[in-house]
Formats: sequence, structure tokens, C-alpha cells
Amino acid sequence: MAQAATERELTMSRAMVEAVASEMRDGDEVFVMGEDVADYGGIFDSTQGLLAEFGRDRVMDVPISETAFIGAAVGAAQQGMRPIAELMFVDFFGVCMDQIYNQMAKNTYMSGGAVNVPMVLTTAVGGTYNDAAQHSQTLYGTFAHLPGMKVVVPSTAYDAKGLMHSAIRDDDPVVYMFHKRLMGLGWMPAPEGPKTPVPEEAYTIPFGEADVKREGSDATVVTLGLHVHRALEAAETLAEEGVEAEVVDLRTLVPMDTETVVESVRKTGRLVVVDEDYRSFGLTGEVVTRVAERALDDLEAVRRLAVPDVPIPYARPLEEAVNPDTGAIAEAVRETVE
Amino acid sequence: MYEWMVTARHYEERLQEEYLEGKQPAFDISAGPIPGELHLAAGHEAAAAGVCAHLRDDDVVTATHRPHHVAIAKGVDLKRMTAEIFGRRTGLCKGKGGHMHLFDPDVNFACSGIIAEGCPPAVGAAMAAKKRNTDGVAVSFVGEGAIDQGGFLESLNLAAVHDLPVVFVIEDNDWAISMPKERVTDVSDGSQRAAGFDMPGVRIDYDDAVAVFEAAEEAVMRARAGNGPSLVEVQVHRRMGHFMGDAEAYRPEDDVERHQRLDSVERLADDLRSSDVSDEELAAIRERAHERVEEAIAWAKDQPEPDPAEVTEDVFVDGGQRPRAADAPAGGDD
Ligand SMILES: Cc1ncc(C[n+]2csc(CCOP(=O)(O)OP(=O)(O)O)c2C)c(N)n1
Repeated sequence: MAQAATERELTMSRAMVEAVASEMRDGDEVFVMGEDVADYGGIFDSTQGLLAEFGRDRVMDVPISETAFIGAAVGAAQQGMRPIAELMFVDFFGVCMDQIYNQMAKNTYMSGGAVNVPMVLTTAVGGTYNDAAQHSQTLYGTFAHLPGMKVVVPSTAYDAKGLMHSAIRDDDPVVYMFHKRLMGLGWMPAPEGPKTPVPEEAYTIPFGEADVKREGSDATVVTLGLHVHRALEAAETLAEEGVEAEVVDLRTLVPMDTETVVESVRKTGRLVVVDEDYRSFGLTGEVVTRVAERALDDLEAVRRLAVPDVPIPYARPLEEAVNPDTGAIAEAVRETVE
Repeated sequence: MYEWMVTARHYEERLQEEYLEGKQPAFDISAGPIPGELHLAAGHEAAAAGVCAHLRDDDVVTATHRPHHVAIAKGVDLKRMTAEIFGRRTGLCKGKGGHMHLFDPDVNFACSGIIAEGCPPAVGAAMAAKKRNTDGVAVSFVGEGAIDQGGFLESLNLAAVHDLPVVFVIEDNDWAISMPKERVTDVSDGSQRAAGFDMPGVRIDYDDAVAVFEAAEEAVMRARAGNGPSLVEVQVHRRMGHFMGDAEAYRPEDDVERHQRLDSVERLADDLRSSDVSDEELAAIRERAHERVEEAIAWAKDQPEPDPAEVTEDVFVDGGQRPRAADAPAGGDD
């Protein structure tokens, strides 16, 4: 039975929703609000089917007023509710960032620990379909940079479910960033990989545990989200050339599992960090620094791939030029092993 | 006005065809000559035409994620706008902006993809006009879903308290993606928001271009005369899904049917006929509009794609460069 259950494959969106539904069944204090989360089921299927089971009181469409409803989630969370609020695209954070980083993220600290904000902010990230500068950003670094929020970025259905259970049960605010291209949408084909077997029962994946998605001895590729799949593809190509790349999926940015990354680099001696976010002051610099602090002697070569500090352009050749692809990842690894 | 409206309608029908190319049989948003999201404005034309009829090139317009009809009425270069939508080098924004981010400084048009985001810049443009003592006005278009957004409400207040020459135009199509108006506001008449800021607010309950023209005349003239902002709400109709590819599973059939039946373009044609414009004249206008659209699309598709090396231009970035804006490429409308 359990065996059969594990064979079941889900898309990443189904897996996310399954965790949310399970937590909603277990606790009345869990509820969902956001734009188009009820009848539409979320533009990226992140709340698909919840309205039918839980009704409008617990799956709330809200006005296009992110400041109000994300701030309201903070308020409700402080009263012991466990809201899940969806910011449709991470790019829209500009209209409501104050509630996110001055309240959601800071209230626990400012109150000397007197106040908890057990909410989840879900949001879609990523490009690759030419939606241009205001709908294609990834912004991992922005949210990970500001203290007080845990930041989760699943790359597979299995991880998406376990991390969502953990996120909802966490007493701290969690930003749960899902990549559109991984959700398994009919209209945005996913790469091979995010659809995985997912157990029926609830399970949690602890934050701060990276997952080695592929083992290898020659170079370490550290990444997350969509680029886990691109890195795995690149690793296949490299394997044909006799280069074995290890692919480390961070899964959570805050907290970050530095240990797993450092261990891997100690083994391989080479580090490539791949990020769909902007290059400067971001994830790539952070990972490289952490490794340098702890394993400088083992580090033979470093490369980083990220968006070259330009807003995401619209035209296809331009977007392809800024978003690291499989070929670029393979090339960066080759450079480190030369 | 009729010409703008039929141009816009035909333009969007043709864009729809082009957009669907390569996306069949299963809809894949990233495939085809126009990828990304595409928000069409069929059913919104009367608002754009009725308002823009009072505007000059030096008046500023900010539009939304659904911008084409407004752009056409404001006189945006159709060829270069189309090239932009196709992601070409000679597009209005060199292929960097795309359909939601069109800029044509020649006619002071801009739009953007985030809800209510165009309101504050319109207030700023009005501020500039006032400081320079010109009689220029700024108009900001928003959807009814945008009027709960802080940026909209803050802009109304700022414009009112400084008596700025701004006209806020709400295009009420009853829907914000899948959310019907009544689920997100208890006030169905968006123009009532004006009262809270002590500015005039009017609502036109049907998308009659002539009625919009008359209401907008008062608002624009009031702004031009230095008497401050106003708010005009127009009932428009969303004849299609929110974006191309939206299956509208949330939308009742009869609502789709009602929105398709009430057609402002046909209504205006009827009005023109009853004021003695002949069928031949109307047909000639339509033909001219169609030709212009076909020409723009053919021109756009013939344009080169940008060179990937251009990606770090036009932005300050370490190691990048920000060259002076290039001259508009030859071959646009003007
Ligand atoms: C700040 C922000 N929140 C959410 C969105 C996503 N979004 C794009 S269009 C839209 C609905 C807009 O409805 P309305 O203003 O009525 O305009 P319409 O699309 O009906 O023309 C939403 C929610 C956005 N672009 N920006």
C-alpha cells in the first residue's frame, strides 16, 4: 500500500496543493488568500481545487490590494491563525514590500520574541517565456537578504510537498517561491524532472537541508529551482565527456545548508553556482563566500552564472542571453576542470 | 473615433491570430512568434477613443497591461509598436519592453504591467505641466480591479491636493482576471471613489463612445483650465479571456455572451449611420484601418531580432554601457 502510494507521480503544483489541503483539514486556523486563488485555483495552479473542498471562507479571493491582504495575513498570524497569502508574481512585491519586510519579517524580533508570525507567503518566480521585465524576475536574493524570513525554493514535487508542510507548521514567516516553469501547467511545459513520486501521507522536509540531486566527483554545481533541472541536464552531457558533476539543490535559501555545499566542494575542488536571479549582491556571491570562508584550500576553481544585472528583456534572443541555460552551465563546469 | 476603434479591433484580431501561431495544438505560452502574455482589449475601445479624442501629442497618457487600444487612440507609431510586440530590434523599445511595456515619447505614451502603476507617473507628468505653466494634461487609464490598489488611491489624493491636471479613467469590464467586481468591492460604482478626494467623478454605464467623448471633454477641459483632477469611469466589455490562453472556466456563459453582444464599435457605426454617414464612408474607414494594420504587421514581421549583445545596453550596470538613445529607426509610421 505504502509502496504503491510512493509510485504515484504528481506535478509540483498538485504536490503543493496536497500539502496545503492536508494542513487545512488538520487545522481550522490554516486559510488561503490571494488574487484569483478561489475559482481560478491560482494562475499557476497553486491553489487548484481548494475552493471546492474548503469554501470561500477559507479560500479567499481578495482585492488587488497586496499591502492590505498581505498585511492582513501578518495580523491574522499574530492572532494565532496560519494564513497562506499568495503574491501572484514575485515581481509585484514592490507594491507591498513594506508589509513583508517591515512587519512580516521583523515583528518577532522587534517584539523581543513576544509575537509570532506563522504565515506563508507563496509567490511565483522565474522567466523563460518572454514575459519581460515586470513578470520574469526570480529575486531569490532580495528575500534571502532581508532578515527574518525563511525562504524556500522547491524544484521537485516531492520537495514541494514536504517543504510546504514544514512551511505551514513553522512558527516563523516563510516565503515559498515556486518556479512557474516547474509547476506542470498545461500551457507552460515543464522540463523532465519536477514531476516525481509523492507519498500520499503528510511528511516534512526540514529547512536547511540541501539535497544532492546527482553525485559526482569532479565539480560541484550549486543551484535551486528551475536550474536544478538545467544543471542535471548539463551533468548528463558532461558525463559523456568523462566529467562527473555533483548537483546540489539548496531547496531552502534561508536557512542555507552551507555544510553540504562545503563537503561537496571538499570532494570535488571545483564550484559552479547557478542562479536565475541577478548576479551582483546575490546568491552566487553568497555561496562562493561561504565556501571560501570554510574551504578555501580545497577550492581550485570557481565560476558563477546568473543574470548579468539587467532587467529581464522581452525579445527571445535577449532573454535567452541573460538566463543561464544548460549549455552555459556545462561550459562553466568545463572551465573549472580544465 | 470610429477609425481608431476599428483599427484597434482589427489589430487585436490579427494579433490574436499571430499569437496563436505555433501555439497549437496544445497551447504553449512560450511558443510562436509572440510569446509571453498577451492581453487584448476587444470591447474596451470606446473608453480609449472617447478620452483620447481630446488629447494632443504633448498630453501624457499612462496605460495598463492591456494597452493597445489606448496606444492606437493616442497615436503611437503602429509599426514600431507591432515590431515591439514581435520582439524586434526596431520596435518601440528595441525588443526589451514587450506588449505590456510600450513607450512612445513622441506622443507621450507609456504603459506598464503592474496594477495601478501608471497612476503616480501620470500625477508627476501633470505636476511637470503645472510647474511649467503649460496647459498639458495627463491621463491615467486603469481597470476597475486597480482601484483598490494603494497607488491609485494615493494618486487621487496627491492630484487633488495639488490641483493637478490629471484625468483618471477607469475601464470597468466587471472582471479582474477571474474575480468579478462584486467579490472584491462593496461599491459597484467606481467613480464614487472621487468623492473621497473631493474631485468630480462620473460614470458612463455603457460603452457609448459619444457619451465617453462628452464626459471626457468636461474632465480634460477642467484639467486644461487648471481646475484640477477628475475621475471618469466607463463600463466596457471584456469580449475575451483575461489573457490569451485563459479558458475562462470561472466565467458564466451568459456573461461572456452579454459582453460580446454589447459592442461599442457597432453602436458607434449605428450612430454614425443615423447621423447620415453613408455605409460606403464607413466601409472606406474600415478598409483604411485594415490596410494600416496589415501593413504594420507585415513590416514588423520583416524586422530583425535584436542582437544578444544589446542586452546590456540601456541600463547602468557594472561593465555595461548606457549609450545615448538611438534615433527611431526609419520605416515607422511617422
Ligand atoms: C500589483 C499587481 N497585482 C496583481 C497583478 C496581476 N494582474 C494583472 S492584470 C490583473 C487584473 C486586473 O484587472 P483590472 O484592473 O480590472 O483590468 P482588466 O484586466 O480587467 O482590464 C491582475 C490581478 C499585477 N499585474 N500587479
